Amino acid sequence: MSADPRRERRQELHGYIAGLCLALILSAIPFAAVMTGALPRAGIVWTIAIAALCQVMVHFRLFLHIDLSRSHRDDLQLILFSLLIVVLMVGGTLWVLGNQRAMMG
Amino acid sequence: MIHFLFGELGYNALPFYSAIATVAASVVVLGAVVVVGSITWLRGWRALWSEWLTSVDHKRIGIMYVVVSFVMLARAVIEACVMRSQQAVAYDSPGFIPPEHFAQLFTTHGTIMIFFMAMPFLIGIYNFAMPLQLGARDVSFPVMNSISLGLTSAGAVLMMISLCLGKFSTGGWTGYPPYTELSFSPGVGVDYWIWALTLSSLGNTMTGINFAVTIYKKRAPGMTLFRMPLFCWTALCISILMIFAMPPLTVATLMLAMDRYLDMHFFTNALGGNMMNYVNMFWLFGHPEVYILILPAFGVYSETIATFSNKRLYGYTSLVWATVSIAVLSFTVWLHHFFTMGQDGSVNAVFGIATMLIAIPTGVKVYDWLLTMFRGRIRLSVPMLYASAFMILFVVGGATGVMLANPGFDYQVHNTLFLVAHFHNMLIPGLLFGMLSAYHYWFPKAFGFRLNEVWGRIIFACWTGGFLLAFMPLYIVGALGMPRRSQEFFEAVYQPYMYVALAGAALVFCALASMAIQLWTSIRNRDSLRVFAGDPWNGRTLEWSIAAPPPEYNFARIPKVDSVDAFYQAKQQRTAWRAPDEYFDIPLPANSPVGFLCCVSGGAFGFALTWHIWWAVVVSALVFFGSIVLRSFNRDTMRIVPSGEVQETEENWLLALSETPPVANEAMFTTANRGLVREPV
Ligand code: HEM
Ligand SMILES: [Cu+2]
Repeated sequence: MSADPRRERRQELHGYIAGLCLALILSAIPFAAVMTGALPRAGIVWTIAIAALCQVMVHFRLFLHIDLSRSHRDDLQLILFSLLIVVLMVGGTLWVLGNQRAMMG
Repeated sequence: MIHFLFGELGYNALPFYSAIATVAASVVVLGAVVVVGSITWLRGWRALWSEWLTSVDHKRIGIMYVVVSFVMLARAVIEACVMRSQQAVAYDSPGFIPPEHFAQLFTTHGTIMIFFMAMPFLIGIYNFAMPLQLGARDVSFPVMNSISLGLTSAGAVLMMISLCLGKFSTGGWTGYPPYTELSFSPGVGVDYWIWALTLSSLGNTMTGINFAVTIYKKRAPGMTLFRMPLFCWTALCISILMIFAMPPLTVATLMLAMDRYLDMHFFTNALGGNMMNYVNMFWLFGHPEVYILILPAFGVYSETIATFSNKRLYGYTSLVWATVSIAVLSFTVWLHHFFTMGQDGSVNAVFGIATMLIAIPTGVKVYDWLLTMFRGRIRLSVPMLYASAFMILFVVGGATGVMLANPGFDYQVHNTLFLVAHFHNMLIPGLLFGMLSAYHYWFPKAFGFRLNEVWGRIIFACWTGGFLLAFMPLYIVGALGMPRRSQEFFEAVYQPYMYVALAGAALVFCALASMAIQLWTSIRNRDSLRVFAGDPWNGRTLEWSIAAPPPEYNFARIPKVDSVDAFYQAKQQRTAWRAPDEYFDIPLPANSPVGFLCCVSGGAFGFALTWHIWWAVVVSALVFFGSIVLRSFNRDTMRIVPSGEVQETEENWLLALSETPPVANEAMFTTANRGLVREPV
C-alpha cells in the first residue's frame, strides 16, 4: 500500500492510458497490414496473429491486472489452465474432424 | 383452442399402451400421492418450505441433492433389474418387453444413473462436507447453489413425468443423431431427454463455478491449497472439469434441439449436417464427465482410508499431483469413445496412448492408499470395506480400460457387453461405492446419529456380490460378441451367463431394499446411535471438530489451520475443542424462494417445450428470469445469528462433550460410541 493515494491513482491512470494506446496501436497494425497490402499474404497472417497475441497480453496485464506477483498467481494459473484446455479442445476438434473429412474424401 | 392450451399433449400420451408402462406410471403417481399425503398428515408443509425448500444452507442443499439421488437410484436399479430379466429370457424369444420399450429402459437407466443419480449424489456430498472441511460457513454463492439444486431437480422431475406422459427417448444415454433427429425419432422422447439434460447440465456448470470459487476464496486462515484435505482437492479438480466440460454438452443438446425445433441441419444426414460434430462434442464432455464421477470417490477413499487406518494419508503431495494430472489428461482422450467412427489409425494411436497414460497417476493413487493402510490400525468400518473392495475391483476395471484403449482391441469389442461390463466396473466401485461410503461416513455428522452397522455390512455384501455376479459374466459374453442394447439374442452360449447376471441384479435389488431398511431402523433407534459430541470416527479434518449435527453457522469461530490434518493434530496436542474466549454475531445468508421458483419454472419450461405448449414456454421463461431479476433488487440478503444464541448453542455442546465418555477404538461400532473416541496407544 502506498502512503500517497493520489500518486497511486495517477499511476493507475497511467497504466490504463498506456493500455489504451497499446491496444489501439496493436489494432492499427493488422488493419494497416491488410489495407496497404505491403506484406506478402503469409506475412499478413502472421502479423495479425502476433498482434492478436500481444493484444491479449496487454489486456491481461494492464486492464485485468494479472501479473506475476504472488497475489495474482492464482488468477494467472487459472487463465493459463483455461488456455490449455481451450487449446486442447479446439485444436483436438479441428484435428479430429479435419482428419475424418480427409478420410471421407 | 385445445391445441393451443395443450400443445401435442393428448389422451394418447397416457401410459395405457402396455401393462408395464401402466404399472410404472402408477408407481410414480402413487409415490407422489404418498409423499404429499404423509407431509400433509404430519403437517409438514410449513417446515418443508421454511427449513428445506427455501434454505440456502449448504448442508441442507447437500442433503436434498442426496435425497434426489436416492429416489433416482431406486428407479434406475429397478429398470436395470427389468432389463436383466428380459435378457435372461430373451434367447430366441421376444421375451416380455418389446424392442422399443427395452430401448427406453436402457436410455432412462443410463441417463438417470449418470445425470440424476451420480451427479446429484456427488454434488450433494461435496455440498455437505466440503465447506465444513475448509472451515467455511457456506459456499461462496449460497443462492446460486439453491438454483443449481432447483435446475437439477427440475430435470429429475421431468424424467419422472416422462414415465407418466408420453414415451421417453430410445436413443441411449448418448443420444447420437441422426437417429435422434426428427426424421427418425419424431415423438417427444428425445425432447424430454434434451431438456432434462440441459437443465441439469446448466445446474452442474453453476455448481462447478460455485465450488471452485469457494475453494479459492473461503479456506480457513492458514489452509493453503496444499493443506487442504484431499477430498477438497478432488472437489477443486471436478469443479474445474465441470466448468469446462459441461458447456460442450449444453451446446450439443441445444444444437440438437435447434435441429428438431427450428429445422436446422447441424447433425442431419442431408444439407451439410455432420453427426460427427455431435459425437465429438458429446465426448468432449463425456470423458471429463467420467472423471467428474470418479475423482469424488477417490477423495472420499482418501479421507476414509486415512481415518480408519488411524494414519496420516501416505504420499499426500503425490496424491494431489496424481489428481491434478488425471484431471488435465482427461481432456486429451475423448476420442477413445469413437475409435471406430472414421479417423485414421494414427489419430487413434495418439488418443489410445494418451488413454493408457491415465493408468499411471491412477496406479500411484492405489499404491498411496495401500501404503496408508500399511501398518495402520485398521478398523473395518463400512467405508473401509467399500474402500478395500474398490481397490481390488477398480484395478480390474482399469485393466480392461487399458485393454480398450488399444484401438485394435476396441474394434473387436466396441458396442458389446464387454464395454458395458467395463464401464459398470468403473462406475460401481469407482463412483457408487465411494458415494455409499461417504454416506455412511458423514451421515452421523449430518443427522447426529450413526447408521446401523449390521445393515451397513449387509448392504455392502449385496452390492459387491451383486456387482460381481451381474457384470463379470458380461466380460465373457462381450468377448464372445454379444452386442450391447440387445432386446433379443440367438446364440445359445450367451444364455447361462444371462442367468448369472440376473442373479446379480437380484442381489443388487436386495442391496437397495437393505438401504431402505437400514435407514428405517437407524431412524427408529436413533437415540441409541446418537453421536452429539461429533467425532464418532476419530476424524482428522475440521468437520469432526464441531457438533453433530452441526449448528447452522458451522463454526462459532473460524478455525486456524497450520497442517494437513489440523484437527487430528489439535487433538494430539490437547488443544482441540477449546471454547472461544468471546462470541460474536454471525451473519448468514437468508432463506430465499428463488431456487424453488427456478425449479418449478425451469421444469415447466422443459415440459412445455417438450409438448410444444408455447404459451407455457413464454410464461415459465418469464417467471424464471423474473424471479432472478427481482431477487437482485433484494438487498436484505443476510440474517444475523446473535452472539447470545451462538454462545448458548456452543456451551450446550461443549458441556455435553465434556460429559461424553470416550469410547475405545475397538468399540467404535457399538452403541457405546457417543461421538468421542479414545486415541489408541
Ligand atoms: C445397480 C446395478 C446395475 C445394473 C444391474 C445395471 C444394468 C445395466 C444394463 C442391463 C444395461 C444395459 C446393457 C445393454 O446395453 O445391454 C445398463 C446400461 C447402462 N448403465 Fe447400468 N446397471 C447398474 C448400475 C449402473 C450405474 C451405477 C451406472 C452409472 C453410474 C450405470 C450406467 C449405465 C449406463 C451409462 C448404461 C448405458 C445405457 C445405454 O446403453 O445408453 N449403471 N446397465
Ligand atoms: Cu473416456
